[in-house]
Amino acid sequence: MSTPTATRTLLEVDDLHVHLGESHILQGVSFQVPAGGVTALLGRNGAGKTTTIKAILGLVGRSGSIRLSNRELSRMTTHEIVRLGIGYVPEEREVFSELTVAENLRLAERDKRPRYDLVFDVFPELEQRRAQAAGSLSGGQQQMVAVARALLNDNQIILVDEPTKGLSPLMVAKAASALKRAAQAATLLLVEQNLQVARDLAEKVIVLDEGRVAYTGDVADLLADPALARRYLGVGGH
Amino acid sequence: MSTVVLLLVTGLGLGALYFLIASGLSLTYGLMRVLNFAHGIFLTVGGYASWWIAVRLPFGDPWRFLVALLGCLVVGAIVAAAVEIGLIRPLYRRHVEQVLVTVGLALAFTALVQGTFGPDPISYPAPSWTQGVTQVAGANIPNSRLLAIAVAAVVFLVLSAFLRFTRWGLIVRAGVENRAMVAALGIDVQRAFTLVFALGGVAAALAGALGALYFGNIDPERGTATLIFAFIVIVIGGLGSFTGSALAAVVVGLLQQFMNYYASVYWGFSAAGDLSVVLLLAVVLLWRPQGLLGRSVG
Repeated sequence: MSTPTATRTLLEVDDLHVHLGESHILQGVSFQVPAGGVTALLGRNGAGKTTTIKAILGLVGRSGSIRLSNRELSRMTTHEIVRLGIGYVPEEREVFSELTVAENLRLAERDKRPRYDLVFDVFPELEQRRAQAAGSLSGGQQQMVAVARALLNDNQIILVDEPTKGLSPLMVAKAASALKRAAQAATLLLVEQNLQVARDLAEKVIVLDEGRVAYTGDVADLLADPALARRYLGVGGH
Repeated sequence: MSTVVLLLVTGLGLGALYFLIASGLSLTYGLMRVLNFAHGIFLTVGGYASWWIAVRLPFGDPWRFLVALLGCLVVGAIVAAAVEIGLIRPLYRRHVEQVLVTVGLALAFTALVQGTFGPDPISYPAPSWTQGVTQVAGANIPNSRLLAIAVAAVVFLVLSAFLRFTRWGLIVRAGVENRAMVAALGIDVQRAFTLVFALGGVAAALAGALGALYFGNIDPERGTATLIFAFIVIVIGGLGSFTGSALAAVVVGLLQQFMNYYASVYWGFSAAGDLSVVLLLAVVLLWRPQGLLGRSVG
C-alpha cells in the first residue's frame, strides 16, 4: 500500500481515561492519527483497544481530550460525533438482525448521496441479498454489512474494530481487500489481532498495554523487531 | 349463538382499548427500556381533555366529538412528550428512580384530577350513534364497541405502516434491537425516544376518549386501573413487540369477557375475568418467559 503524503493530524487523543465499574481501563491514553492511510491500534487482549474506540465515539464515559480535525469531541453526544464524519465498524458487527440488508444500509445513510455504487462494487454479494434479514447472514456476510455501513458515507475517518475476528481464512482475505478499498476513501484506525492483516494494511501503529500507550511508530519497525513484538503483542514479529 | 357473538365483539372492544394503551407502553419499553408506570395518566388525560373540549363546543355531533377527539390527541401527545423530556430523560438507565418517579407521577396526577374535577365519574356527552346498537348475527352490539374495534384496527395498521415504511419507524425498530449502534450511525436516538413517547401518549389518549364512550363516563382512576391490564398485555405479548401487544390484547380482552360471563352464569363467580387473565399471565411466563412474540434473551 502506498504511503500517504499528507502528514496533517486528523485525530488527536490526549490523556484519555475510562473507568468501567471499579476498573481503570484507559489510564491517560494519548496518540495522534495522521490524515490518510491506515493506522493500526494493537495490543494484547484487554489492553484497552476496543474501549479506546468506544471512548472516541462517546459510547462509554470518559475524560480527557479527543479532537477530530481540531474539533473537540469530548462534550458531544455519540450521534453528533459520528455526524462530523466518523464511520464505525464494531467488533461484534452489530448489524440489526431483524432488519434486511437494505434496511441496515438505509439506516446508515447520512449523506445526501450515499455511495451505493462503491458499496456494491466492494461487496457485490450484498446487492443480491438486499431483501435478506441481516440476522440470517453468515458471519462474513454480516461483516460486509458492517463495513458497508461505514463506506456508505463520505467519512473523515473509519474506526474499524477487529474486522477479521472469527472469520474463515477466505473471508479474512475478502475483508482485508475491502478495507484496502475503504482506506482509499477515508483514513482508517484499525484494531486488529491478525498481525498479517495489520502488516498488510497499516503504515503507522499505536500499541496499547494495560491501558497506556506503550509504542507508536511504523508497523514495519515494530514487527521487524521480535523483542518489541513479543513484549507488546506477545508474539514474534515474523 | 347471539350471546357468543356479543361476548366476542365486546371482548374485542375491550381488547381494542387494551391495545391502544399497551402499544405505546410496548414501544416505549422496547426502545427505551423504560417501564412507564405513569402511562395510564395519558389515558386519563385523553378522557378528560375530550370531555372538557366537548362540553364547551357550541356545535353538535358528530363534529363536536371529532373535534374533541382531535383535541385530546394533541393534549395526549404534548403531555407525553413533556413527561419524557422533563422526568424520564434525566433518568435513563436509572431504573429504580424511573419506577419511583413514574409511580409517584401517576398517584399525584390522579389526585390532581380528583381535586380538580371531583373523585366521582363524570357522565360523558357521547354522540347518539355510539349509544345505539347494531345487530350482528342476531346479537345487539353496542356501537361504542364497534367504534373501539375499528379505531384500534386503524391505529394498528397506521402504526405498523409507520414502523415498516418510514425512516423513523426504521430507527425505532433498530433502536429496539440496539440503541447504542443506532447512535453510532449518527442518529439522534433521543428524538426517537420523544417521538415514541408522544405516539404512545396519542394512542393512550385515544383509548381515554373511546373508553369514555365504552363506559359512558370518565373516571380519575381509569388510567391506573387499565394500566395494570396493559402491563399484563405487553408481558404476554412479549416486551417490546408491537404485534405481540396487539395479539395479547385480543386474547386478554376475549378471555376476560368470556370468563366474566360464563363463570358468573354457571358458578356465580363474578371476578373470574380478572383472575383468568392473571392465570394466563402465569402460564405464559412459565411456558414462554419472553412472551408470545418476544425474543428470548441470552
